[in-house]
Amino acid sequence: MLTQPSTMPSPWRASAQWLGRNGALVVLVALVIFGAGRYDGFLGVYNITELLRYNAMFGLLALGMTFVIMTGGIDLSVGAVAVLASVVAAQLSYLGAFPALLGAVLAGAAVGLLNGAVIAWLGIPPFITTLAALLGARGLALILANNAAVSVDTGAGFASIGLDGLLGAPYPVLILFGAYLAGWVLQEHTPFGRHVLAVGGNEDATRLMGLPVRRIKLGVYGLSGGLAGLAGVLLAALTFTGLPTEGVGWELQAIAAVVVGGTLLTGGMGSVSSTLVGTLLLGLIFNLLNFENGRGSISLTAYWQSVIRGGFLLLVVLLQSRAARRAP
Amino acid sequence: MLPRDGAASTKSRFATGAGLAALGRRYGALAALALLLLYNLLFTRNFLSTQTLYVNLTQVATIVIVAVGMTLVVATGGIDLSVGSLMAIAGALAPLIFLSQAPALSNPAIAIPLAFVLPVLVTAALGLFNGVLVTSYRIQPIIATLVLYIAGRGIAQVMTNGYLQSFKNPAFQSIGLGRPLGIPVQVILMLIVVAVAAWAVRSTVFGRYVLAVGGNEAAARLAGAPVSSVKRSVYVISGALAGIAGLIVIAINSASDANLVGQNMELDAIAAVAVGGTPLTGGRALVIGTLVGALIIQLIRFTLISNGVPYAAAQIINAAIILGAVYIQRP
Repeated sequence: MLTQPSTMPSPWRASAQWLGRNGALVVLVALVIFGAGRYDGFLGVYNITELLRYNAMFGLLALGMTFVIMTGGIDLSVGAVAVLASVVAAQLSYLGAFPALLGAVLAGAAVGLLNGAVIAWLGIPPFITTLAALLGARGLALILANNAAVSVDTGAGFASIGLDGLLGAPYPVLILFGAYLAGWVLQEHTPFGRHVLAVGGNEDATRLMGLPVRRIKLGVYGLSGGLAGLAGVLLAALTFTGLPTEGVGWELQAIAAVVVGGTLLTGGMGSVSSTLVGTLLLGLIFNLLNFENGRGSISLTAYWQSVIRGGFLLLVVLLQSRAARRAP
Repeated sequence: MLPRDGAASTKSRFATGAGLAALGRRYGALAALALLLLYNLLFTRNFLSTQTLYVNLTQVATIVIVAVGMTLVVATGGIDLSVGSLMAIAGALAPLIFLSQAPALSNPAIAIPLAFVLPVLVTAALGLFNGVLVTSYRIQPIIATLVLYIAGRGIAQVMTNGYLQSFKNPAFQSIGLGRPLGIPVQVILMLIVVAVAAWAVRSTVFGRYVLAVGGNEAAARLAGAPVSSVKRSVYVISGALAGIAGLIVIAINSASDANLVGQNMELDAIAAVAVGGTPLTGGRALVIGTLVGALIIQLIRFTLISNGVPYAAAQIINAAIILGAVYIQRP
């Protein structure tokens, strides 16, 4: 008589919870199986490499966003920072691949650290701070680029970041997986990773425990900025230009990837690997659409891409909301 | 005696500091607007012409109209990222109606009113969709409205196949180009929207509910406020106002480009709300503040550009001003 129905364990509830947490992975696997069965060349090296190469920059933005969201914050500036970094990279490209890469990442990290400092020490909400940084970084990119696209110096080795690779894997793909591996280690196996979750779970309690909340915030926004800078390097390397007008709405695509992966925006939880799944899932939808168009049975324009992505985001958040309500 | 005096003087200094901070919170935005106006009166040539006035007001009108809806959403503790995409949908739909060759729409007396009403009804319905996601499915507003931010512009592009729709239709374009008594129609619309919203927040039960929901949702629910329907209403209002703004933009341009209509509007509107002093945490709705905030952002842009500062640099200064305004007005 005193048993409460909501706390009764049931296999259905457990599986609903599991699905809510790993739903994105299940859908990803299902879509890959579907694609492999339906389209020639879907699992070919070329398709997989191109898919990863193109989505690498979005993956980097979403990785940084994951850490920010785990602290309960948000970073709206990542798209603009990536664009700023692409201009910096293109302008430094005559120095060679490494100096250009370093300069762009440092430029991104500088904007991120500025965000973190304003949020942590001035107490301005992350949403407003990074919105201002979005406007500022876009303005700065336009000024640096003198309102035009900046061409990459193709003679000095920078372009090889976009063209070449190691052991058959293109550099953008290696950078993507390298960054996620490092991000996973940082999140799962270092004190910083624990602290990030603690800040997002309960900021006041974290402060009372004596953890340096402000420095942790500085760290996550700096990291997000640096990764956005790296995404900018890839943008410049893949297009051979620094594009001050590119990247509109990328910050929201990155947030969508994080959410589709299963990280809640409330902070205090989340995982790096789920964001990689979310990024690949959103990229895969576009890839499947291309294959379907190639078969000629349907003819959907590129404009359907965002409609389908939005519908997919809707589906995922509805499933998550159901699973969350079923969970005790 | 001396230490006590010292203590007293520190205390009073603190009091003055607090008083200044309070003044800054209350009148900071208005003072900034006054300063900007004064600067322009003194240093910008031909500032006091109706031409300049109308250029600024027509440019700011759509931002204000959208930002008023955003103010109500923010007051409930929410946010609406979909406004720009909804503008694109309304902007794509209206020309489809009045350019249509369908026999039922060949009569302008039917087509023109329909071109005004239907797009706004559609965006209001999409606002309802946002509201239902937020209330019935408890999805965070930023994610719920992100769905239509991403999908909405795609819907507008699919509707028009990505083509630019250009047109010349004086009856429809009166919403952007008409000037009854010499005043641009969208400026009149803007003033009506601001006045009605300011009155509603201050003097209607609905307005009280909006603030109560944003201030403390649990308490509001316990006090009997219809929390869910209040939240749904603010998203519907925001959607409808975005639709109206979309119609104004395409009427001014004599063309509708689904890729461009309303782009970055969510950012402009949120910036206007924040500079106007409405906290993003909800519980307060400063509608007049939002008008002042939008005017400040517009005037800064105008002042810088008319004094030879490039657009890109103006953008950076704008960012700093937004931060400064929110910092001064922080609780």
